[in-house]
Amino acid sequence: MRKAGVIKVTDPPDDRRNELMGKIYFWIVLALVVVSGLLFAPEKAGLAIHPMDQFQVKSYFSDHVGMFSITNVTLWLGLAVLAVFALLVLGTSRRAIVPGRAQSVAELAYGFIYKMVEDVAGKDAIKFFPYIMTLFMFIVMANFLGLIPMSFTTTSHIAVTAILAALVFFTVTIVGFVKNGVGFLGLFWVSSAPLPLRPILAIIELISYFVRPVSHSIRLAGNVMAGHAVLKVFAGFAGALGLFSFLPIFAITAVYALEVLVAFIQAYVFTILTCVYLKDALHPSH
Amino acid sequence: MASNTHDTAHDAAHGAADAAHGGGSAMPQLDFSTFSNQIFWLAVTLVVIYLILSRVALPRIAAVLAERQGTITNDLAAAEDLKAKAVEAENAYNKALADARAEAQRIAAEARAEIQSELDEAIAKADAEIADKAAESEKAIAEIRAEAAVTARQVATETAAEIVNALGGSADAAAVEAAVADQLKG
Repeated sequence: MRKAGVIKVTDPPDDRRNELMGKIYFWIVLALVVVSGLLFAPEKAGLAIHPMDQFQVKSYFSDHVGMFSITNVTLWLGLAVLAVFALLVLGTSRRAIVPGRAQSVAELAYGFIYKMVEDVAGKDAIKFFPYIMTLFMFIVMANFLGLIPMSFTTTSHIAVTAILAALVFFTVTIVGFVKNGVGFLGLFWVSSAPLPLRPILAIIELISYFVRPVSHSIRLAGNVMAGHAVLKVFAGFAGALGLFSFLPIFAITAVYALEVLVAFIQAYVFTILTCVYLKDALHPSH
Repeated sequence: MASNTHDTAHDAAHGAADAAHGGGSAMPQLDFSTFSNQIFWLAVTLVVIYLILSRVALPRIAAVLAERQGTITNDLAAAEDLKAKAVEAENAYNKALADARAEAQRIAAEARAEIQSELDEAIAKADAEIADKAAESEKAIAEIRAEAAVTARQVATETAAEIVNALGGSADAAAVEAAVADQLKG
């Protein structure tokens, strides 16, 4: 009772002090931003915005990017492997019954994808779980690593996402024919539609089937690339606007938050679409 | 002249390389010369991640999850067991309590009956003693009364004889006695 009274007495000045400190910090940061804008935004910088430079593949030990060259692609793919290893292997090394933070996240990821495969693709798709988990962990780690400033985002390249999508496409097609034989073609023959419509629908279904890997890959690369390019464009504005550079900096903060969301959502979308396609392969009937 | 052409050629080559590398304006994503590099390292990456996951990470996490499920199930079973035991113990306790209460009542009833019988006995004994004493007293009173009656008769007889003698008559003992008996009867 008495303690509560004491807190009541001391709270408002604390609040006021915090508010004051917040204001002071705000103005200090703003002043720093303005000063840095004035100091580091000479007129010659102008509107030198190169939003696509960040996507360039650079060889570290030679001028030429050959097939086996060590490039920034190699570095950031390797870091993605390390991140997956750190989370799923080092994070679970204690095998605790009551998990710690890293183990909790690893178990969440496991449960998330396992349930997705089970619910979307069906129980008989569980044997593809390590494959789908590989895709998800790689994409999500690559996306998040790409959000580190000055990093290289491997999933922003169509070459990478096209291979991922092609892997899914060929896996699904092969599994479909192996599991169902010619019956897999029933996927294109919509038996619930009226008979005259079926050939037309079959053509549409066939086209949509072959468009799948294209949309599958471009969706991921496009989203990641666009977000990063937007960040760079705003960064260019921040360099050019001098005194008012705090505006694009706030915009960058907002877009960055959105990008964090997109990084996860695109990995999720890629994975769940993989599960949907796999379901088609395992159960081709409409 | 030669050096000039060389420079131009070099510049042209450089420009081509720039264009090939995206050059800032074009999309580096469409620079096909880097595709083989990206695809090769991506293949390595995917194979490594797949091996890490399928050999180490996923079996381990599955084992941990199964173990946790097992532990939870065991703990629940143990809790169920303990609960059953607690109920059993409570029942046993209640039964013991009821038994003890019944025993206490039985003992109390026994004690009461014993006391009652002892009391009855004592009362009967006292009654008997009182009756004895009353009878004795009555006997003593009767004796006293009889003695008194005899004594009174004797005194009356003697007194009558003396009175008769004093009056000058000679008292016949038998007549006096008969007269006294006659008077006493009346």
